[in-house]
Amino acid sequence: MDTSFFLAWINAIATAVQAERDHLTQLDAAIGDADHGANLDRGFAAVRQALTDAPPQTPGAVLTAAGSALIRKVGGASGPLYGTAFRQMGRSLGDAAEITPEALAAGLEAALAGIQKLGGAAEGDKTLVDALAPAVRALGRAVQDGTKLTDALAATEAAAQEGARATVPLEARKGRASYLGPRSVGHEDPGAASTVLIFAALREAAGQA
Amino acid sequence: MKKLINSVDAVVTDTLRGIAAAHPSLRVDVENKVIYRADAPHQGKVGLVSGGGSGHEPLHGGFVGYGMLDAACPGEVFTSPVPDQMIEASKGVDGGAGVLHIVKNYTGDVLNFEMAAELCADEGIEVASVLVNDDVAVQDSLYTAGRRGTGATLFVEKIAGALAETGAPLAEVARVAKEVNERSRSFGVALTAGTVPAAGRPTFELPDTEIELGIGIHGEPGRTRTSHREAREIARLALDAIDDDVALSGDTLVLLNGMGGTPLMELYIVYAEVAAYLEEKGARAVRSLVGNYVTSLDMQGFSVSVCRLTDELTRLWDAPVETPGLRWGR
Repeated sequence: MDTSFFLAWINAIATAVQAERDHLTQLDAAIGDADHGANLDRGFAAVRQALTDAPPQTPGAVLTAAGSALIRKVGGASGPLYGTAFRQMGRSLGDAAEITPEALAAGLEAALAGIQKLGGAAEGDKTLVDALAPAVRALGRAVQDGTKLTDALAATEAAAQEGARATVPLEARKGRASYLGPRSVGHEDPGAASTVLIFAALREAAGQA
Repeated sequence: MKKLINSVDAVVTDTLRGIAAAHPSLRVDVENKVIYRADAPHQGKVGLVSGGGSGHEPLHGGFVGYGMLDAACPGEVFTSPVPDQMIEASKGVDGGAGVLHIVKNYTGDVLNFEMAAELCADEGIEVASVLVNDDVAVQDSLYTAGRRGTGATLFVEKIAGALAETGAPLAEVARVAKEVNERSRSFGVALTAGTVPAAGRPTFELPDTEIELGIGIHGEPGRTRTSHREAREIARLALDAIDDDVALSGDTLVLLNGMGGTPLMELYIVYAEVAAYLEEKGARAVRSLVGNYVTSLDMQGFSVSVCRLTDELTRLWDAPVETPGLRWGR
């Protein structure tokens, strides 16, 4: 996976977020403040702009630049959280021009660690961690087993999707939905839903490569 | 839903353009989204910076001016501002005595202000932060995001601003800000939800016969829903929640705050019940404010905030203030 692969990934995320903007906002209206779709759409539009204005030369630089743009433009909790995730992943990839599946898995582990350190959420708190953590585990397992990359990323996306669906019966303990207490039960977490889009885009980028 | 806007994406910048045109006492950086006192920075004075999502006007931009904030950073509607804004604002108001960040306790606001404070430190600006978390509707625990910052934010900004105006050092201004927060409690009630321009319809639906108790200021639904009833009983529900958390007694400062879509007449009807309730508890509302100060777009409803005063806090509350949203004594 080279720089153009990672640019394709980020572009696919931006496209998916734009397409799902209203859906994400509706999920957020149910248990939050009805802006998740609009915020991420604005953020990834800024990411696209940043990557066009100053095209990064390595996969790590693509992700670091994307993360910085998210922190600078999104606001809310999702800006710093997703921004930190991409920056940590970018840092983990280092200066390498070509990323192995092992390095990709390690990078996503770094992303998860960064989000958890900043936001303090654990699995089961009804946050994006509920989609991200199982996806990271699924990729780690698939890579260890030597699974073909496209299959590994399909399994990763499926794990994220399952994790997001599993947030429905949970009571939120972190983030804005936590203010609802038991009334947050019965709704999918919008952050988990947007995390699924990120992994769907990753699988898509691998399919095109 | 009809809205007086030009376009959904320009809501915040168009608001800032209006604030700039209406208030020559302010300097508005529309591009970086920061509202300053026109005469900032003040040498030797602690700079007060606050910020948060838009949609709560006059909070925070309407409280920039003499005796209150030095700068405010408006985010998108109901979305915390980004670190770049707080850094820009902090640089713009630092008169060498340091900067106090007044942060409402929401995950997004806390994360963005934390990042900003770190970066300010890198640039040699001394920053102290105070977290406002006055909303008793949220159960506070180590395992949640904690209580929200709501109406008491106005108390903190006014009282800390008054102390800063006297030339008090950063640690003192931060101390009084924390004290105001600790002595304040709030509770909110909605009759209808507000409509976020980008969403185009109310964040939640409330039937004519029901009200939402324990709402925040972002249109997030509250903890419980109950049947609509007389103003007297609704005021009692709100104050019982506060009194259960910390017994109401002594001299108090009361904010009866409209959420944006409720007529002042109804706010006064509720306020009469609030004053009577306090008297019943042996407490007194010696200072009060009734009106739309910490709003949630066009939500109908109110929040009530009570601060148990000390002589120092009363004196600082009474000190002159001159901002678009609050002015007296100057």
